[in-house]
Amino acid sequence: MTPSNDTPTKTAFVTGASRGIGAAIAMRLARDGFVVGVGYRSGEDGAKAVCESIAAEGGRAMPVRVDVTDPESVKDAVAAFVKETGGLDAMVANAGVVENNMAVFTGEEALAAMVETNLSGAFRSAKAAIKPMMRRGGGRIVIISSVAGLMGNPGQAVYSATKAGVIGLAKALARELAPKGILVNVVAPGLIDTGDGGMIEGIPPEHRAAAESLIALGRAGKPEEVSGVVSFLCGADSTYLTGQVVTVDGGMRM
Amino acid sequence: MESGEQEIFDRVVKVIVTKMAESGKPISADRITMDSDFIKDLGADSLTVVELVMGVEDEFGLDEIPESEVEQIRTVGDVVAHLSRQGN
Repeated sequence: MTPSNDTPTKTAFVTGASRGIGAAIAMRLARDGFVVGVGYRSGEDGAKAVCESIAAEGGRAMPVRVDVTDPESVKDAVAAFVKETGGLDAMVANAGVVENNMAVFTGEEALAAMVETNLSGAFRSAKAAIKPMMRRGGGRIVIISSVAGLMGNPGQAVYSATKAGVIGLAKALARELAPKGILVNVVAPGLIDTGDGGMIEGIPPEHRAAAESLIALGRAGKPEEVSGVVSFLCGADSTYLTGQVVTVDGGMRM
Repeated sequence: MESGEQEIFDRVVKVIVTKMAESGKPISADRITMDSDFIKDLGADSLTVVELVMGVEDEFGLDEIPESEVEQIRTVGDVVAHLSRQGN
């Protein structure tokens, strides 16, 4: 996608983009021609590093502090990004937290943290995108779920529930927003090795070997193998795909 | 209608005519009155009402009208009343 004088440059906002899969998504979107808002809550250094990498490749990105557990923060962050860039074409609701524990040991605090960030945060991010996208005459919303939301993982009752929840959220939004040209989809990564200290998306470390044995491709995925799919769903080639869950798991779940 | 209110009404009607045409449900200005209900009388769906409100915000240079107030908006008169309260 090459920006021209006739077409406004495409813009995308990614929450939780200071590291891991979110960082890979931000990088890929920038490579594919988007001006990117690199959302972060506490990882300011990481977000700045992502923006520097994007700039080094000739792209444009800016770090934007956003706490998806705070409705005002989400609203303000998206408004600031739209003001700076002139609009919003794609929102990637990626920010998430996971606390692995058996249900019997999972406390209220962990429950609230995961619901607030993974489910309510995805809702707030999508909601904040609607009006700017309506002004553009359409847009793309991608919510990052997990195979945990499709399969259920032991030790991840709440995490799995939130990741299943965003699928219902995306399907409802897809129906609600289709008349306005806004397409809403879910990407559900499987076992992804983010290489930043053992956080394997969707699977507790102790279950890694067992999980890997279920993968048809026989290995964990890389963040870059998720980000390409997300960028496709945000891009001009995706015009007839909405309300879907794209599972990027190397054939773990078929 | 007072002259100030009439002027607001005329500008709101212009926004409605433009936005309804854009959403594929054109409507002529003479069908729009203060009592016109956006959904029942003008054939807008709820997302189009949101677009109409956004069009009004742009036309009058307003900050975003709070959700709680947008929810209360049913008729053209409701919008004009909101704008009059804002001192337009």
